Amino acid sequence: MVIKQLSIFLENIPGHLRAATSVLAENNINLRALTLADTADFGVLRLIVDQPEIAVELLKNKNFAVKLSEVIAVEIEDTPGGLDKVLKILEEEYVNVEYMYAFMGSKPKKALVIFRVDKLSEAITSLQKNNIKLIESEEEAIDLIYYCWD
Amino acid sequence: MYWNQKFECLPREALKNLQLERLKQTLERAYHNVPHYRNIMQQESIEPKDLESLEDLRKFPFTRKQDLRDNYPYGMFAVSLSEVVRIHSSSGTTGKPTVVGYTRNDLNTWSELMARALMSAGVQKEDVIQNAYGYGLFTGGLGVHYGAEKIGASIIPISGGNTKRQVMIMKDYESTILTCTPSYALFIAEVIKEMGLKPADLKLKAGLFGAEPWSENMRKEIEEKLEILAIDIYGLSEIIGPGVAVECKYKSGLHIMEDHFIVEVINPKTGEVLPTGEKGELVFTSLTKEALPIIRYRTGDISRIINEKCDCGRTSIKIGRIEGRTDDMIIIRGVNVFPSQIEHVLLEIEEVEPNYQIIVDREGQLDNLEVQVEVSEKTFFDEVKRLESLNKKIRNEIESLLGVSVRVKLVEPKTITRSEGKAKRVIDKRKI
Repeated sequence: MVIKQLSIFLENIPGHLRAATSVLAENNINLRALTLADTADFGVLRLIVDQPEIAVELLKNKNFAVKLSEVIAVEIEDTPGGLDKVLKILEEEYVNVEYMYAFMGSKPKKALVIFRVDKLSEAITSLQKNNIKLIESEEEAIDLIYYCWD
Repeated sequence: MYWNQKFECLPREALKNLQLERLKQTLERAYHNVPHYRNIMQQESIEPKDLESLEDLRKFPFTRKQDLRDNYPYGMFAVSLSEVVRIHSSSGTTGKPTVVGYTRNDLNTWSELMARALMSAGVQKEDVIQNAYGYGLFTGGLGVHYGAEKIGASIIPISGGNTKRQVMIMKDYESTILTCTPSYALFIAEVIKEMGLKPADLKLKAGLFGAEPWSENMRKEIEEKLEILAIDIYGLSEIIGPGVAVECKYKSGLHIMEDHFIVEVINPKTGEVLPTGEKGELVFTSLTKEALPIIRYRTGDISRIINEKCDCGRTSIKIGRIEGRTDDMIIIRGVNVFPSQIEHVLLEIEEVEPNYQIIVDREGQLDNLEVQVEVSEKTFFDEVKRLESLNKKIRNEIESLLGVSVRVKLVEPKTITRSEGKAKRVIDKRKI
């Protein structure tokens, strides 16, 4: 139910983002989804990749501050109110969304949303109870994103 | 203008005789009343009676800041507390503070020296002195204060900060003299301009600036922007406070108050006394202090002796501007900062690794202190808000310890340059 996401600390300086992506490119790690959070001084690059554990080791060896964290990937209806429905369920469980990012899904009329929440197990339980489709694994998420980009 | 023409213009020969006589007394007093001095002299197999000429002073051991810390709080005092009438001290944020004491005679001496310093800058009884040095444990505020009272000038004990009010008071109370750090003087100049005022709207004519290093360029800027005479003043609490040395209106070096202090310039690595004119570490010995006689105190300040006749008529030798430090101490807005203090804070914060670098810069007129801290696996969180709260925590801790505002920047691991395995802790970009 949970997907592993890589987070990389980057200074807000030209060339630093690429320094991280170069490491992954050289080692044939494919980026499937990403988002970059920024502040005045630094950014946090969050990635879904095909081999998260290997990617972490590669980046650590190159002196990056990198963390693996658990996120959930939710398939929602790509129609008005699709996201709202999911957020309402989380709200009712007092689950706080730390951040999220969304993609068009591979299936027609579906979108994929990645959530980082404060209470992971509560979020999963409540979403399942409400028949919301959760992506089972990184592979499934990757496939979904991958195909939509094909 | 002199405050005490007899001593300020004492012929060299008479001055040297006076120094020798006073030095002998100081060594005796230190040896008999301060166990620390007795111990270190005995270790070097030397006694006060071995001093026959002023040149013999170099045979005596140095005193370091650490000696004052080791004898915290009153171990270096040569009198009992019943004779001490004033205590000042450093903030003591790393380890023990250094504590200095004054007897009534010491305060009279200090006031006399500050009266000389103020008059050297042209201060008269009729003047109104706006004293924007900090009042408190720091010797700057009270040092100027007592000197001004001695002369009989009017002193406004405004202390530092609240710059708009400083300008309002400067204008309304018709201040003629400003005393503060040189960077604050420039900041005040900016605020005067921002408030739509011109130097012509004020009565300011001179200022005595010190407690941090500055340069001829800064002097020029202060003199142009405020349309005043800017005089450099030097001192440190371990010696007495401000008033150890001061410029006259010719601005060609700072006259040492030689009837009260002996200055030496040494090679900071070998400790050997350098020939006159060579650049090295300033070392001071007090000649009249009662509560805290100080023998060959290593200041850490780098300068040189200027031994030439001055047009002002004072007979003392002079020192050049302070050109730097022998240690890694930096002075930010008049506050002494050691990198070890920042390291101390970082070590206190759980999980933070003390991989840091201090960047000092001058933006406009004010010094900026930036502390860059490497994030590590332990301190890197996926959530931005946790990183920001870590940043804020480091900033608050450093600010509450140092008393100066600081910018904290989190940087990537292993990005702080390391040479020979040791990081360069301070990058000073100020052009002063």
